[in-house]
Amino acid sequence: MNSLLLIAILLVLTMIGYAFGQRRARVVSGGHPSTLHSRPQYYGLYVALWCGIPSLLLMAAWLIVEPHVAEWMLISSLPAETTDLSPDMLSLLINDIENLASGNIVSRQVDPALQAAADGYQSFRHIASAAMAVAAVSLGIVGLALARRRIVPSLRARNLVERAVNVLMIIASTIAILTTVGIVLSLLFEALRFFQHVPLTEFLFGLNWSPQTALREDQVGSSGAFGAVPLFAGTLMITLIAMCVAVPVGLFSAIYMSEYAAPKVRAIVKPLLEILAGVPTVVYGFFAALTVAPFIRDTGEAVGLTVSSESALAAGSVMGIMIIPFISSLSDDVMNAVPRALRDGAYALGATKSETIKQVIFPAALPGIVGSLLLAMSRAIGETMIVVMAAGLAANLTADPLEAVSTVTVQIVTLLVGDQEFDSAKTLAAFALGLVLFVVTLVLNIVALHVVRRYREKYD
Amino acid sequence: MTESTLPAVGLRRADLSEQRLKRRYAAEKRFRLYGASAIGIALAILGLLIGTIVSNGYTAFVQTYLAVPIYLDAQAIDPEGTRDTETLYRADYQSLVKGGLREMFPDVTGRREKLKLYGLVSNAAVYDVRDQVMADPAMIGTTQTLWVRASDDVDSLIKGAIDRNLEEDNRRVKDDEIRWIETFEAQDGVDVRFNTHFFTSGDSREPEQAGIWGAVVGSALTLLITLALSFPIGVLSAVYLEEFAPKNRWTDLIEVNINNLAAVPSIIFGLLGLAVFLGTFGLPRSAPVVGGMVLALMTLPTIIIAGRAALKAVPPSIREAALGIGASPLQVVTHHVLPLALPGIMTGTIIGMAQALGETAPLLMIGMVAFIVDIPGGVSDPATVLPVQIYLWADSPERAFIEKTNGAIMVLLGFLILMNALAVLLRKRFERQW
Repeated sequence: MNSLLLIAILLVLTMIGYAFGQRRARVVSGGHPSTLHSRPQYYGLYVALWCGIPSLLLMAAWLIVEPHVAEWMLISSLPAETTDLSPDMLSLLINDIENLASGNIVSRQVDPALQAAADGYQSFRHIASAAMAVAAVSLGIVGLALARRRIVPSLRARNLVERAVNVLMIIASTIAILTTVGIVLSLLFEALRFFQHVPLTEFLFGLNWSPQTALREDQVGSSGAFGAVPLFAGTLMITLIAMCVAVPVGLFSAIYMSEYAAPKVRAIVKPLLEILAGVPTVVYGFFAALTVAPFIRDTGEAVGLTVSSESALAAGSVMGIMIIPFISSLSDDVMNAVPRALRDGAYALGATKSETIKQVIFPAALPGIVGSLLLAMSRAIGETMIVVMAAGLAANLTADPLEAVSTVTVQIVTLLVGDQEFDSAKTLAAFALGLVLFVVTLVLNIVALHVVRRYREKYD
Repeated sequence: MTESTLPAVGLRRADLSEQRLKRRYAAEKRFRLYGASAIGIALAILGLLIGTIVSNGYTAFVQTYLAVPIYLDAQAIDPEGTRDTETLYRADYQSLVKGGLREMFPDVTGRREKLKLYGLVSNAAVYDVRDQVMADPAMIGTTQTLWVRASDDVDSLIKGAIDRNLEEDNRRVKDDEIRWIETFEAQDGVDVRFNTHFFTSGDSREPEQAGIWGAVVGSALTLLITLALSFPIGVLSAVYLEEFAPKNRWTDLIEVNINNLAAVPSIIFGLLGLAVFLGTFGLPRSAPVVGGMVLALMTLPTIIIAGRAALKAVPPSIREAALGIGASPLQVVTHHVLPLALPGIMTGTIIGMAQALGETAPLLMIGMVAFIVDIPGGVSDPATVLPVQIYLWADSPERAFIEKTNGAIMVLLGFLILMNALAVLLRKRFERQW
């Protein structure tokens, strides 16, 4: 809240800078704004930028650095015997001191030394944040004053401002790159640490997944098995079930909408179908777990089959419903993009509508349709909430869709929600699974986008 | 006449082609039917989905109240007779409520029986009594019939979610309790009212006390951060890529990158947030500020892609005219192109925000799944969001939470419909054909 207030103050200061700059420009022009190089607003913006950007940057840097400095100060202020503690114990102690300082519950007896450390820590943070506020505001004021003094009629304010905006735009558009780099690096880094515990071959080809690591040496099942094949198989099965539901429904819907439906019907049906894509996945998960899974189980029991209440069939079919619009919308678009001339040619030869679709339009649109199927598949592979709520936790290696299977995303969630111990093989395994998921979906997406783009170029 | 002169072979052929035509037309009809039924199936499923949620969920918006005659003992509430708010607030209403129930059913004896009797009303009944007493302190010392919240089981029974005709062993509400409730019903002591607590309270372990307000506030704070980050960054990069960027390898890379990011599974963004925002930067867990940052990265591609499409739709003649009268390239964009493209960008932004509102998986990764009773007061307080609240309630073993889950889903869908309607309206209102 404190930093929000500071941001607000800096923004107000920036606005004041804008007003000052504009006024100053009018003054130096001696009442003739036309003698200025740029319009007065640009002088205002020039001052505002000099006032706002350095101070906000300073603040951002402080927000990142300060906790580390505070912790370092804390460690160096602790008595000598604590430095002999193992890193784990030390971090526990620091955690306690921080909690004590912020008035939270502490896991140990509060002795005077601990209290003193907490007080020292708290006062340091108070002083640091006060110093920071003063520094940021004075930097803003200094920037304001300096920039204001530089205003003369010949100052090329517009060009300077435009250059700054240009830099800002370039920074904004590299954030997308930075995100990808961040994803790859964080996944790769943690996954590599995981592969120090578990060999890559065991992870990729092992047939047994039970990620419980032991707390004690003599515990049953202490080793923890990290063979991910059952998860890959489970993911693949649920995805296949989903595609079996979504492909026929989606493709036929697309065909009907692009070739048969009257424009009015299409205008209503298309957004209705797209609602299916807009429903939050947690709602589908709830629907799968509470409505579809019991229904499938009861039907199965009625015909004498034993169906798990977390069957792959339930999760897969609901996921199929979710991806129908991904297939129908994109396929509809690509079929609409098939040139009129091809259709007219087929009709002129006496083909019926369905024959035209089957023998002319569908083959012509096939690359685009394949692209849409691949995109839908990557959606299904990466989908999390439906399977978390409706598929099982036990990683069975089975080909029976009526049994419970687990997927990659389910395991990522179960491994990371709850206890947080960043170094154990159990949590690191989630990042290794995430890396696999990322690579697989990335390849599918790249191929799909490439296919779709090639296809678009063909007819554009 | 011509037919009779045709050779026999020709006749047969004509026959054949007629048959073939019939077959082809039948195939045509079948094909068309497949298409129509595919759409029918998809829409029927949509209807089923919405139908089950609404039919199971609308009861979450009402709550059963029981009328209990309670002797508001002045000795117990305010022995000194000061009537100041602090005393009234802290008084022990629990024993008064219990006393009222015992009074109503004097034949109930035995510890276990009594506990069951007290279980008819919610733990929150105490607060209901307290609020009514504080609103009208003149009631102290008299016996008043006060309406208090019923427990979740009684609530389900009254709403019909528990079947009274079931065998006792298969039923959560036992015969005794049903008998007591029937006594209440005979005295007109059961009322179903609009459930304001559902909209004004935070989460709770007790279904009848649980509300969505905490999650709604958490969602609002998270979306605020998402919007504050993703809208400016998205617009800036869309403008740069569409209007200024030179066509080279670097911008190609950015473009491919954005398209791919749009299709990266959301849970991967959660892993990024966990490793970078929580791990490296040490930001607080469960905080809307981190959730907002993760969702901002996720919605950024949506906004950039929509923004570029909107900018592309502005005809070049506008740019040329502005350049022609001496505007700088940036002035062309800020004075002319951007205002014209803004409705399109806004539409894309709203759709992106709607996606972010419904997102669950990445927020699970950064710890927004904690059980949080308090309403979050700021962006760094622990909070949860609506979809995560739905997930938590869906996992809850209490049967009465099913109704709450459906109710929360209805609220979430309501928000989403509102946002999408706004987007459609914006598009309709400002769409221009050049």
